[in-house]
Amino acid sequence: MPRPGFVLEVDRSTPPVLMWHGEGYRLERLPAQRSRVVYAPEPMAPLADPDAAVQRALLSPLGDSSPLPDLLFPGMRLTIAFDDLSLPLPPMRRPDNRQRVIEAVLEMAAAAGVDDVVLIAALGLHRRMTDAELRHALGDRVFDAFAPNGCLLQHDAEDPEGLVEIGRTDHGEDVEVNRRVAESDLLVYVNINLVTMDGGHKSTSTGLMSYKSVRHHHNVRTLQHSRSLMDHTRSELHSSAWRIGRLLNQHVKVFQIETTLNNDAFPSNMAFLQKREWEWGVRDRAAYLASSQALSLLGPSARRNLFHSIKAPHQMTSVQAGEVEAVHAATLATLHRQQVVDVEGQSDVVIFGLPHVGPYNVNSIMNPLLVMCMGLGYWFNMYIGKPLVRPGGVVILSHPTPWAFHPVHHPSYIDFFEEVLATTTDPAEIEKTYEERFATDEWYRHLYRTSYAYHGVHPLYMWYWGAHALEYTGGTIVVGGDRRAVRRMGFKPASTLADALEMAEDQVGRDPSVTYFHCPPVMLANVH
Amino acid sequence: MFTERLSRHLRAPFPIGAPDWPSAVERPAPRPTLGIDYDTAWARRYPVRLARVAYTELVTRPLVAAVARPHVEGLDRFENVEGPVIFAANHASHLDLPVLTCALPDRWRHNLVAVAAADYFFDTRLKAAYFSFALNAVPMDRSRVNRRSAYQAQQLVEEGWNLMIFPEGGRSHDGWAREHTGGAAWLATRTGRPLVPVHIQGTGRLWPRGARRIYTGRTRVTFGRPLSPGEVPAREMVGLLESAVAQLADEAATDWWSARQRAAKGSTPDITGPRAAAWRRAWALGPSPKDGARRRSPAEERHWPPRP
Repeated sequence: MPRPGFVLEVDRSTPPVLMWHGEGYRLERLPAQRSRVVYAPEPMAPLADPDAAVQRALLSPLGDSSPLPDLLFPGMRLTIAFDDLSLPLPPMRRPDNRQRVIEAVLEMAAAAGVDDVVLIAALGLHRRMTDAELRHALGDRVFDAFAPNGCLLQHDAEDPEGLVEIGRTDHGEDVEVNRRVAESDLLVYVNINLVTMDGGHKSTSTGLMSYKSVRHHHNVRTLQHSRSLMDHTRSELHSSAWRIGRLLNQHVKVFQIETTLNNDAFPSNMAFLQKREWEWGVRDRAAYLASSQALSLLGPSARRNLFHSIKAPHQMTSVQAGEVEAVHAATLATLHRQQVVDVEGQSDVVIFGLPHVGPYNVNSIMNPLLVMCMGLGYWFNMYIGKPLVRPGGVVILSHPTPWAFHPVHHPSYIDFFEEVLATTTDPAEIEKTYEERFATDEWYRHLYRTSYAYHGVHPLYMWYWGAHALEYTGGTIVVGGDRRAVRRMGFKPASTLADALEMAEDQVGRDPSVTYFHCPPVMLANVH
Repeated sequence: MFTERLSRHLRAPFPIGAPDWPSAVERPAPRPTLGIDYDTAWARRYPVRLARVAYTELVTRPLVAAVARPHVEGLDRFENVEGPVIFAANHASHLDLPVLTCALPDRWRHNLVAVAAADYFFDTRLKAAYFSFALNAVPMDRSRVNRRSAYQAQQLVEEGWNLMIFPEGGRSHDGWAREHTGGAAWLATRTGRPLVPVHIQGTGRLWPRGARRIYTGRTRVTFGRPLSPGEVPAREMVGLLESAVAQLADEAATDWWSARQRAAKGSTPDITGPRAAAWRRAWALGPSPKDGARRRSPAEERHWPPRP
């Protein structure tokens, strides 16, 4: 029986706690009597037979949907869309959930005599996946059957021929969707829900739409009014995505398949990364010491390669299929069981240790903008109710924040960081002055469509992602970060955690209360 | 007090030394690691299996040969069967397991795990380690129905291990067999693997329950024709297995043809003995080795039909 998450009040007997620091980690001592540590629940038991569970889900769907075999008929156009490489994190060991589900769907399609089947990676404005990444997500059988025939596509949000406008929502939001999807008799969407933000109508209204549609929910206003991004009932971003998704459902029959994972994120030789420190045995301590020493001898590139080679032993905890909203409700219930930790009250300071990988740097570099997005966008938003830190409080991030960018994956990030952030860090001003330029730049568009680059507007979205935290908190301090890069983003650099806590006192007063969010493994703070 | 302070001073700081336990966190009760909770996975690793082969050949087999001199019959009855299989034998003595282990050909023995009583063989760390190593034993809870040990045994069969199980659930109290429990039949039905009935004769005389010394003598191991679970429900399999072992006992006591004839007529002697007073059950067993019976020749022990 996995133990639930809990909050540890720090006293003098508390050992130093593990804190992620990019491609590395360290042990940090927190101030006694005024600090607390939020620990994640232990990984839930996985499904005993995931393939049988997938079959059951497809044959007994939720909501007002018929079983999948009843929706399939000869001569139909079937499109199967799936989440891209931003999920899950770290990438999971084979077989990936997408492979299991898509193989089951294709078995049924073959039995029903469906010939016209196309698979689409729902990239949204993310970079295209490489063949190796597609093969990892879909498995060899699916990849080898579809890729050589041109039936394995990646969504292109800038293809004038490949997009079609199907209408506007009652809030005036344009709905421009992948043409193949719009012209299909059935869209099967295969999703992996790692956090509660994913899934539901957001899958289709982000992954399969054009910039013209995505901009309606990815903007400063919606993100400042998403309290939080992990609670779709209180998120403007999700409200807009839900309106767009519902309109899409009126035009195309959507059969949504959502899967959840447990939070078993690291292989057994790195088990100490998700253990409570006082339970570290000899093996855990030896693994910590040996890996820390080895990492200190490696250069940044070797460290990055090592960490990105980690394949998580995540396992499927549930699978549900059918009508989008009914399916998503069941998904959220399972995710809440796995991730929610009850926390009493807010604190003056919150500390986040940022790991090596986020949704936008799989097999890539976590550049300063992604550090900001990860800390103030994702980790800050891992709450339901209210944030872990009080209004005007301080966020402390631990990450080396190198002034380094992947030139192929993040070309527009470089210009945004060098040029725009040198001028302003105000999300609203950035949106007003720069968004159109970055979104319509021909060179970025070319790289997005033909290379492996994120869309030109993506770095601005990263900045918007932290807009709620920027508005809500009194300041951000980055421990151990590149000073120039940290200052460029309007944050304060600190050499050590102790220095950062001293500096935070300038903002929140003496002896502030401190919360350390011990994440990963992923969890969701339910702050009362 | 002083030693506590001294040890605190001498202890290396975390993470080289062990961490402090936060006072706000309750210490959990230590997890049981013996009995049914003993982890035997190490004993199935390849280097340990190799060491066990050496131990069996150099220690177990000579000891068994010296004490029990087993005569093995019926190996041909399952030589064409694909493994894994479940061996189910009657149980009268601690000698049964080593005798049966040595009676099996290499092909079966190298992938053999034996189900043993968790409360007896796994109650101390030393015993648990020894029986895991020497006999590749896995613990089974016999005091109550324990789903965990049953599923563990099932998993082992599914992983390709031959399983040796004593369906009587413990050694005989008086020399006669006890009624079978459903464990072996359940496993066979559950895994769909063949069940090989085995009868061991003589070990109960050499080292019966509660005996202070071990006598030497001859034993006989008879393997029966495998029972295939097919569509037979587990409850019926229990009866089939019990009568198969009884027929093997009859065959060991007389000869194959007479045993077959009695089996066909349904008059195979019951291996659980006569339903009578304790002294009559003991009387029906015949003389014990303590009475000098061990010095008799095997020919005298067998009931040959009178010469014409």
